Amino acid sequence: MAQHQVNYASSAGLPIALTSVDKLVNWGRSNSLWPLTYGLACCAIEMMASGASRYDFDRMGTIFRASPRQADVMILAGTLSKKHSEFARRLYDQMTEPKWVISMGSCANTGGMFNTYATVQGVDRIIPVDIYLPGCAPRPETLQYAMMMLQKKIRKESADMKKNTKQDLTTQTGKRVRLI
Amino acid sequence: MRKYVPKDNVQKKAYYTDRFHVVPSVPRSKVEEGSHFADVVSTIGADAKESYIEIGQLVLQINPEDNFKVMKTLKETCGYTQCSEQSAVDYLAKDNEFELFWQLLNITEAKRVRVVCRLANGAAIESVEPLFKSANFAEREMFDMFGIKVNNHPFLKRILMPDDWEGHPLLKTYPLHGDEFAAWYEVDKIFGKEYRDIIGPENRDPGKVDIEDTKRFARIGYEVPFGAEYNSEEEQDIEYSETFLVNYNKKSSNELDERR
Repeated sequence: MAQHQVNYASSAGLPIALTSVDKLVNWGRSNSLWPLTYGLACCAIEMMASGASRYDFDRMGTIFRASPRQADVMILAGTLSKKHSEFARRLYDQMTEPKWVISMGSCANTGGMFNTYATVQGVDRIIPVDIYLPGCAPRPETLQYAMMMLQKKIRKESADMKKNTKQDLTTQTGKRVRLI
Repeated sequence: MRKYVPKDNVQKKAYYTDRFHVVPSVPRSKVEEGSHFADVVSTIGADAKESYIEIGQLVLQINPEDNFKVMKTLKETCGYTQCSEQSAVDYLAKDNEFELFWQLLNITEAKRVRVVCRLANGAAIESVEPLFKSANFAEREMFDMFGIKVNNHPFLKRILMPDDWEGHPLLKTYPLHGDEFAAWYEVDKIFGKEYRDIIGPENRDPGKVDIEDTKRFARIGYEVPFGAEYNSEEEQDIEYSETFLVNYNKKSSNELDERR
């Protein structure tokens, strides 16, 4: 037996932290949110600025990944055209659970000023959204705040994703549905 | 300038009633004798039905079946080696025909020529892609936006809208918010038509307020918790925090005689 082994049971300060599984899992999930590198329009410039050294997403454990398989968060940054909506949904489907979505900017939230035939009027029509981030375009601070709000939200969730109602989508008809 | 229309009550009615606003005509002048454009007009000869100068540019009105011949002459004889723009204008409501135009540039002379023709609805035009490579994408866009077919085009396919799109968006008859196909395009494609009822129609009113939606909207005096069921119409007293209302008066403040 090693001489320096600490007898935990007899020492006064027990190096044991008691917690619940939910909190432990959510601690891990919320502190390494990896977003998908996915810029759609001018909001993507602000998203890039958030990732670069001045605002520095990396210090929050947020590292952009170039593959949906490695990403936890999808930041829909910009105008989603109807032509592209199919691919946005496919990228969302390719992300592994657990996954979250931030809708960044007016265009992603509601279609914004593009009240036309070719723009999806709010990405929540095709993808369940966790955080709606207002602004045109939102400043990098706003995106950081959204990320922090998402972390807060994750910390309140259950570790078992099936118990979470995140996948639900409140539609304009008022019905709550589960999208696939 | 469009005439001013009062903007009150705009949520009830669309205020752009003059959507088919007719642009005032630009003054036209004759082609000057001995100028570069006079040479161009004489080279084109009888193929140009009408020729005049508009804002320093020569405009040549031609028959749609002569377009390749005229463009070839302009390129090879007159030195108009660039086709900077090619598209169409919808005059279907007025004349049941399109106006097609080609904007050509002569780099050595620094002159521009616009070749214009009128094409009947449903007729096809000959491609000028063998002469100008830029016409490839321009003609595809014209096909996409107006549905004008181009003969002998190497790859006539939609360029901006999705391949399975229905309708041609730049036609004046196409609604700005899209027809039924456009309105449900992403829902139909991703989830299928049966999801239309679940997802619901698009909200096209940017000022829409739903007081029964307690997640997105809060009414001052009628506040309910976030996401709560909406049922009450009773006004509730608002509790302000103590720091919200501060009585500032002469006594509470401390005025300095001079700057510290």
